Amino acid sequence: MTQIRYYGEALPGFNETSLPGKLIVIEGTDGVGRSTQIALLQEWLEGRGFAVASTGMVRSALAGKGIDRAKQGHTLSDSVLFLLYATDLADRLETQIIPALRAGMVVLTDRYIYSMIARAQVRGADPKWIRQVVGFALVPDAIFYLQADLPHLVPRVLAEQGGFDYWESGTDLFKGRNLFRNYVRYQTRLLMQFDAIAQEFGFRRIDANRTIKEVYNELRREVAAVVAPMKRTLSSHQ
Amino acid sequence: MARTLRRGHYPGKLVIVEGIDGSGKSTQLDLLHKWLLSENYLVAFSEWNSSPVVRRITKRGKENKTLTPLSFSLIHAADFTDRLERQIIPALEAGAIVLADRYVYTAFARDVARGCSPEWVRQVYASALQPTLAFYFRVPLEESLRRILVGRPELKYYEAGLDLALAADPYESFKLFQARILSEYETLVQEFNLTVIDATQPLVKQQDQMRALVKPYLEGALQAKAGSVADLLQEEALLGRYLEQINLNKNGEK
Repeated sequence: MTQIRYYGEALPGFNETSLPGKLIVIEGTDGVGRSTQIALLQEWLEGRGFAVASTGMVRSALAGKGIDRAKQGHTLSDSVLFLLYATDLADRLETQIIPALRAGMVVLTDRYIYSMIARAQVRGADPKWIRQVVGFALVPDAIFYLQADLPHLVPRVLAEQGGFDYWESGTDLFKGRNLFRNYVRYQTRLLMQFDAIAQEFGFRRIDANRTIKEVYNELRREVAAVVAPMKRTLSSHQ
Repeated sequence: MARTLRRGHYPGKLVIVEGIDGSGKSTQLDLLHKWLLSENYLVAFSEWNSSPVVRRITKRGKENKTLTPLSFSLIHAADFTDRLERQIIPALEAGAIVLADRYVYTAFARDVARGCSPEWVRQVYASALQPTLAFYFRVPLEESLRRILVGRPELKYYEAGLDLALAADPYESFKLFQARILSEYETLVQEFNLTVIDATQPLVKQQDQMRALVKPYLEGALQAKAGSVADLLQEEALLGRYLEQINLNKNGEK
């Protein structure tokens, strides 16, 4: 990230105009394999002498636990939850992501504002308002959107998670207890939203209907291009 | 022309108070609250930073001193939005008089004093409803500081604005921070046409002014007809022994 850009106004009290690190976002819906790919990329980058930090949605020290707890009670409205996600992101940006970028690290983040936006838009949020709220977000160096269709996603979710997650099935949106049907309806809408914002934010689409290895190979090539101009912090083993 | 927040069309009325610490706004709202109750009006009360869901996160951030101007602003917006949707709007729909100790203007003044962009903070609070009456208790800085700092109370980290590193000494920092907030409030008075109460006047006089301004909005407001329990006890020669038990149980739950 040579030059810092924001989607809206700059972070309050933040004066730097450039940072030596790179911010790479991996986006995609539930079960598409984001965390697996991040784990693989992190190891590969470290092996090549890059210092890597990884982070993801709802992992902030400040709000992560609070959001999980509040979600269990099913008591939050969509806009409150969006503001809590925004709080979580603000905390991670200021305490994890920016310090790591300042130190010249590659930051891999599992989802970013795009998941927040897609999720909120499925639930009918005002598109302008949600973009304004997260205007403090840094524009990443690259956004890789792992794109898979439902026939490929369903078996993975069943195999890896053993079933359909309440929230990933939009059970707050749909009546009826048929979790599978809810899951299909919700994910279909979510995928449509991701599709709708792909161009707006400049997603680099990665076909995630393929095997883990194929996806990894493509991601690795893409990531290599992003980090190519960087100085490595450690000497490479190779 | 003054700016207004979102217009809602509810049978209830929303009365809010604003002002810097030591302006006496909470005291005045409390007096108004008691008066309205004594007149049997149905009153709901909402306090800044009190959402049961969000408050724990805020508390953790304050204790660990990890809140930045940005996350401080966002978490308070989450708290406000939760209270707006779950307390304020339902009560207004039911026809109650809703009293709020601090409202979005607190965020507009305080978050901007912390360095957040004025326009961004206003955007974040886009869902806020325009109050029926918004009182601003105007007090000179020296007077509010005298009221707050008499007896040298312990000032909390964020309350004193120590996160802004304006001064190392909490009292000095508090003064500088309050001065910034005060100047933001003064711009808000113009921008949102807040109703100014001179908070250097005697308490009773301020309360009289508040009631006079509130009164026209009370016509047709919902009144509770349950009657006073105290009167009943006296008339029926009961002690209310088991009523105390109810209160004890309620407090035990907290």
